[in-house]
Amino acid sequence: MSSWKENPILTVEHLTMRFGGLVAVDDLSFEVGRSDITALIGPNGAGKTTVFNCVTGFYKPTEGRITMNRSNGQSYLLERIPDFQIAHHAKVARTFQNIRLFGGMTVLENLMIAQHNKLMKDSLFSIGGIFGISSFRKSEKASVKKATEWLERIDLIDRADDPAADLPYGDQRRLEIARAMCTNPELLCLDEPAAGLNPRETQDLNGLLRSIRELDKTAVLLIEHDMSMVMEISDHVVVLDYGVKISDGDAAFVQNDPHVIAAYLGVDDDEVDEAEAEAKVANAEGVKS
Amino acid sequence: MADFLNTRVGAALKDAVLAAVVTLLLTSIMVGIKTKTEQGGLGIEGNWSLVAWMVLAVLVGRFAMSLLVWRGRNPVANAMQSILPKQETVGKIGKFVGPALLVFALTLPFYGNRYVIDMGILVLTYIMLGWGLNIVVGLAGLLDLGYVAFYAVGAYSYALFAQYFDLSFWVCLPLAGILASFWGMILGFPVLRLRGDYLAIVTLAFGEIIRVVLLNWYEFTGGPDGISRIPRPSFFGLEFERKGGFADFFGIPYDSMHRVIFLFYLILALALLTNFVTMRMRKLPIGRAWEALREDEIACRSLGINTTNTKLTAFALGAMFGGFAGAFFATRQGFISPESFTFMESAIILAIVVLGGLGSQLGVVVASIVMIGGFEVFRDLQDLRMLVFGLLMVVIMIWKPRGIISSRAPSVFLKEKKAVSGDFVAEGEG
Repeated sequence: MSSWKENPILTVEHLTMRFGGLVAVDDLSFEVGRSDITALIGPNGAGKTTVFNCVTGFYKPTEGRITMNRSNGQSYLLERIPDFQIAHHAKVARTFQNIRLFGGMTVLENLMIAQHNKLMKDSLFSIGGIFGISSFRKSEKASVKKATEWLERIDLIDRADDPAADLPYGDQRRLEIARAMCTNPELLCLDEPAAGLNPRETQDLNGLLRSIRELDKTAVLLIEHDMSMVMEISDHVVVLDYGVKISDGDAAFVQNDPHVIAAYLGVDDDEVDEAEAEAKVANAEGVKS
Repeated sequence: MADFLNTRVGAALKDAVLAAVVTLLLTSIMVGIKTKTEQGGLGIEGNWSLVAWMVLAVLVGRFAMSLLVWRGRNPVANAMQSILPKQETVGKIGKFVGPALLVFALTLPFYGNRYVIDMGILVLTYIMLGWGLNIVVGLAGLLDLGYVAFYAVGAYSYALFAQYFDLSFWVCLPLAGILASFWGMILGFPVLRLRGDYLAIVTLAFGEIIRVVLLNWYEFTGGPDGISRIPRPSFFGLEFERKGGFADFFGIPYDSMHRVIFLFYLILALALLTNFVTMRMRKLPIGRAWEALREDEIACRSLGINTTNTKLTAFALGAMFGGFAGAFFATRQGFISPESFTFMESAIILAIVVLGGLGSQLGVVVASIVMIGGFEVFRDLQDLRMLVFGLLMVVIMIWKPRGIISSRAPSVFLKEKKAVSGDFVAEGEG
């Protein structure tokens, strides 16, 4: 029970994000386990993507602390460092709700860009690269090899030299995950990875996410609306509603939590009928007067 | 009447009359009225018979064309499509055009006359500027309307170093490049957060600031008088002089053409250096990061790419080549003044990059030849040359809305190098 509390890879404490008068996330605290698939769920507008943007540095939180504990023992306070350093040093990678691939570049190039920082260093910040030093050529080859391995894993090896924008939607989703994985992350944040996928593709995605956890030893934090998928693969589920955490536990616990049933999965049908009836009466009265 | 207009002949007639009216409006101002010097001021001279002929030609020509040649909707674009080569053939030809042009450039001084070589120097200067700007606009997707500022910085660096410190061209060339790239970074910092129209306005203002400073800092730059007697370049220390120079050293008779030919090869070498570095950079991580920045900046940051440094290197490198070209310009002309660095120059360089196709090296070459060379070829047409020139640009934009060479060559490939169609490539938001 609550294995994620013992050695969390990510600790979010009292996170609050305000946009002007709007409180998108209110005093949120949760942990992400080192070898878990953690799901962040909630109705539309609950503040899930805002939490993601805070964790990955795209927003600076109004209050709170986000700590990333890397497996080498180093800790990073994510609210204090710029977004690109979060990916580079703190090893947190992310994907986007609306896919953000480099559409005019080939599939292979997309995966090469993800290995930018390593290649940059090996090319001696381009100076060695211009003269074609051998260590850079070796590093480039290694990067292509790594990209190739990922293309095989996501079954896109035949389309390596096609532009990314030319791929079908499901392939683009998988490519974006592979691209994020090419940065060697320790925590992978996925914003609705199953959106727009058919059931078979969702099954493949589940397999991919499990292999990321087991083979690559990467923790996964995901936002998802597809409940069957969430309940199938998540070790730990955090439920948000109006920026407040209403439930936190394993899939079985969350499913049976009355708060979740009330706020997220909706109230009982009887209650809905009652509410509708009341509304009708109110309307009728409005017409009369 | 309405029935008649709906028939083919009627529609063609209506179209022809409309075209004739447009022609009348245009030509009556541009051709029909001419100013001439009279006693006590300017007078106006009519040239209405020519206008009448032009209108008649358009009326008859358009009527005949729409009746006999153009059918269907959007007739001009369709007609252009059938006349001009298709994308695939252009791609095939493209492979041979590059080397052919290089051989042509290398051998040009052997059979060209003074006029042709001078033209070659001019075209090559613009090719070099186009290649430099292509790094910023074509690869990194940052719209820079003030590129001429770096050209000016390069030219004035050399001229001022030569004037105050008596430094030679070969010492000043790298200095001009370094100073220009330094100014590139100075421009880069304030515009890091800007995109699109805002970026364009700030870069445009930057170009003007540099020009206005050069114009008004009279004590230092000579203001509108410019700087004259800028030293000419030497061939590894050998001056192109009548006595004791290049000709004497090699035991050949003196010819004033030697310097022109030397300048030609100098700018060719500089341009090829620009091309080489850019092509090389494209295949390096930094070049890929530039293109990724053009495609999606937010995704870049999510992958750990330092977008600040990436943008600044693009600005600095593009500016450096502008600086080299400027130093060359100063030594070739022997005289520079702020007049040479107006916004019009920036616009021409940008037009070369856009017409050539964003990010395409060969496209810049073709566009430079068409634009700068074409401008010269039509010199005999006098005022009409702008008309012809505009027409040419319209034709290119109808035929190829994304530039002459719109496809993109991938920087790395696994099995097969397939060009990426221009339809997929983003133009950059800035």
